[in-house]
Amino acid sequence: MPDVRLRKKLILVEEIFHEGGPPSSTPQRRGAALAVIRNPFSGTYVEKIESFMEDLKPLGLAMAKDLVAALGGNPRAVEGYGKGAIVGTAGELEHGALWHVPGGYAMRDLLGGAKAIVPSTKKVGAPGTRLDVPVTHINASYVRSHFDSIEVGIPDAPRADEILLALVMTTGPRIHARVGGLKASEIKGEDGLR
Amino acid sequence: MSTALTDATKSEKKAKIRKIAVFVEETLSEMDRPVAPPTRRAAAAAVIENPFAGKYVEDLTELMDIGEELGELLTQKAVAALGIPGNTAESYGKAAAVGENGELEHAAAILHPKLGTPVRRVLGKGAALIPSSKKRGAAGTTLDIPLGHKDAAFVRSHFDGMEIRINDAPRANEIVVAIAVTDSGRPLPRVGGLTKSQIKGEDGLR
Repeated sequence: MPDVRLRKKLILVEEIFHEGGPPSSTPQRRGAALAVIRNPFSGTYVEKIESFMEDLKPLGLAMAKDLVAALGGNPRAVEGYGKGAIVGTAGELEHGALWHVPGGYAMRDLLGGAKAIVPSTKKVGAPGTRLDVPVTHINASYVRSHFDSIEVGIPDAPRADEILLALVMTTGPRIHARVGGLKASEIKGEDGLR
Repeated sequence: MSTALTDATKSEKKAKIRKIAVFVEETLSEMDRPVAPPTRRAAAAAVIENPFAGKYVEDLTELMDIGEELGELLTQKAVAALGIPGNTAESYGKAAAVGENGELEHAAAILHPKLGTPVRRVLGKGAALIPSSKKRGAAGTTLDIPLGHKDAAFVRSHFDGMEIRINDAPRANEIVVAIAVTDSGRPLPRVGGLTKSQIKGEDGLR
């Protein structure tokens, strides 16, 4: 089993007070936890890669915990989430897909069994590549006020033989959400969608 | 965090803050060599309204006062994000990016006259010049915040820089103001020069 070899971590937290409209009494917080790891499969085609998902689980959980701590420490304050990966140029897009299970399950566990699918995105890219990580409500994907995204990236990562892994969370709707649709207060919470 | 935030938005404060972003970066290895303890650096950035956007204003006092206010707020945020007492910080730096309707001089007014004093107050000391950079740019422009040892500018292991970027700022009428603080130098320093153990700390240089 390949080791998870961690080079670097980055935590980013934004507090948004307004965006030209009335300042909110509770600023929205949006955060990202990033980790840069060695890609154990870079440089060659490897058929069996699935077991690395298991190896990544402790890292996923640690990142989710760090992120909740950076957002104030209360998992119940988290309302939106997303995940993503940037694979260095000596790897394949499929290597980024290894993050779906460990990244998603870590957040769901920590956030008390969140029901909605964790939206995600991934790409192959050079150091400094930016990734727009999608965000949706943790219990109902169709909550329109919580459709959001967070741009992440690290100037010197991922190097060719690395993978940059990302988890993102938000503490509320877009700061001036007003385009209708399903509201967080209307969630039925049965299917993870509505 | 929330206390500082409330303070910053009180009516007597001058900075009109749209958002604050805090970045914490931790390096655990380089070229497969462990960095132990990991090097850590934080940057806190505020996106503020530029009160002088779109016009030439001779007296920049208002921006100087905003600089003083942000010097305290952002240094507190950066130190809190590192989770260290202020007096154990090792290096620092500052930078500003002015949106397209502002002047480079607006960045200078924020950064140079008054911002440093509260930074040094939060960090306990800081005999060295706070290295700085500034630019005018569009939303999403990167800021390379220079870093230098806070008590002796010549400490070579602590010459560094931290890149940050906020994708939606500065808008044309905004300014991004950033302060970076570290608890360490570069990950595996080995180009000689003055070391932190040799600091005399008298003149801010050595």
